[in-house]
Amino acid sequence: MATDLLQLLYYGLVYGAIVALGAIGVSLIFGILRFANFSHGDLMTTGSYVALALVGWLGWPLWAAVAPAAIATGVIAIVLDRLFYRHLRRTAPVILLIASFGSGLILRSIVQIIFGPDNHVYRTGISIPFRWQGLVITPDSLWVLGGAIVMVILVHLFLSHTRMGKSMRAMSDNMDLALVSGIPAERVVMWTWIIGGILAAIGGILLSMDTKLHPTVGYHELLPIFAAAIVGGIGRPYGAILGAFIISLAMQYSTLIISPAYMPAVAFTIMLVVLIIRPSGLFKGTL
Amino acid sequence: MNLLEINDVYGGYGGGDILKGVSLNMEARDIVVIVGPNGAGKSTLMKSAFGLVSIRSGLVRFDGSDITRLRPDKIVRRGISYVPQEKNVFPTLSVEENLQIGGYILKENLKKRIEAIYAMFPRLAERRRQAAGSMSGGERQMVAMGRALMLDPKLLLLDEPTAGLSPAYIDQTFDSVKQINDNGVGILMVEQNAKQALAIASRGYVLTNGQNRHEDTGAGLLANREVAEMFLGG
Repeated sequence: MATDLLQLLYYGLVYGAIVALGAIGVSLIFGILRFANFSHGDLMTTGSYVALALVGWLGWPLWAAVAPAAIATGVIAIVLDRLFYRHLRRTAPVILLIASFGSGLILRSIVQIIFGPDNHVYRTGISIPFRWQGLVITPDSLWVLGGAIVMVILVHLFLSHTRMGKSMRAMSDNMDLALVSGIPAERVVMWTWIIGGILAAIGGILLSMDTKLHPTVGYHELLPIFAAAIVGGIGRPYGAILGAFIISLAMQYSTLIISPAYMPAVAFTIMLVVLIIRPSGLFKGTL
Repeated sequence: MNLLEINDVYGGYGGGDILKGVSLNMEARDIVVIVGPNGAGKSTLMKSAFGLVSIRSGLVRFDGSDITRLRPDKIVRRGISYVPQEKNVFPTLSVEENLQIGGYILKENLKKRIEAIYAMFPRLAERRRQAAGSMSGGERQMVAMGRALMLDPKLLLLDEPTAGLSPAYIDQTFDSVKQINDNGVGILMVEQNAKQALAIASRGYVLTNGQNRHEDTGAGLLANREVAEMFLGG
């Protein structure tokens, strides 16, 4: 039993780290652009397939494909902003939300046109898990956990130590005051998309290592990602990290009592309860 | 030459006019206080000097140049800083980060400027790592003023800086205002505590219904019987 609990803890940490990478981006984008980005899951998918192209077509090792795929996804996010969202900045948030739903559909369809609707993997063959204290640990899951932790630390350093990171937090905190302080809003918006896109891509790659590539691999993670962002307090990147682990661990531990098929329902329930009891989330977000 | 000149301004926030031909003049190093009943347009008059009001007609000049239709982010670069009444700090940012954001457009000397603010408000230096949102009302007001002072403005706009503060913090805030003014910064403020504000003011304006009602030195307005009966509680 104790081993089971520990095993679920490990799964929870691995999956939580992936969800955190998506949730940080959703939270930052909401805080600065004031809309729920429904294409975020598809940005994750896009990143994982760009990496697949580099691995599958050009024969690069996966580790070398991560950074270019992440940056490409950041650029794609900026292009979407220039094409669609920028023209809608002064409209109601629901219009931006619908626009993001549309751009997500575009990304998902392009992936499907190029790579087909079937599953893909970065490499074939069986990776042999090893056992430690009775826990089953796959080498890939260690890479996932390590990679996500490194990214979270990098995001923290960016947000807390750079001028742009502080400006992003300031805009998320108090938009009007940031503008009257002379912060260049459009530059901050651009950086928000770059950071959101990079994190989404890496989250998508790690997710695809953990499971498989599929055109809806990221889309299916939207619910836990939004749940994490809302539980943490939307607009609060540190809240999103905490929220991701709460949601992920709750999903994993729920399998002790109910069928794993209900894992998304667990995320949904926690999100609803938080929205009813404390809509600003744990970190008093901007919702 | 006048530091700020608001001349026969009509305007509001897109609906009907809130300002109906109002004028205001101040010189460098003045402390000018705007008083009047609720809805008289006091805050709107002040915001008209910061590009936050859509001005239908009239003129706003600052330091010799026309700023009537400039955006706030341009005006802030010309030497006016603005402290809103509410939501005037970045709550999750530390005191020091609030000051850094306040000085965002400074090319150099950011550290020196922060030290100057700490010298003015030693309490902020003690709390530099604390999140601004977790501080008391009086301390938060210091953070708000400190943030606005980062750009070393010639004119500081304060919108009801003592609103919601306890009496001890009100005195402290007026002391800070005087101290900032002693450092050569002109102050234009809207205040509910009219008596205390006029006591430190070099000039005061009484506004009713978007128009000038009285204009005098602070002491003169305090001695004016009509003003006393209307706003100062007899």
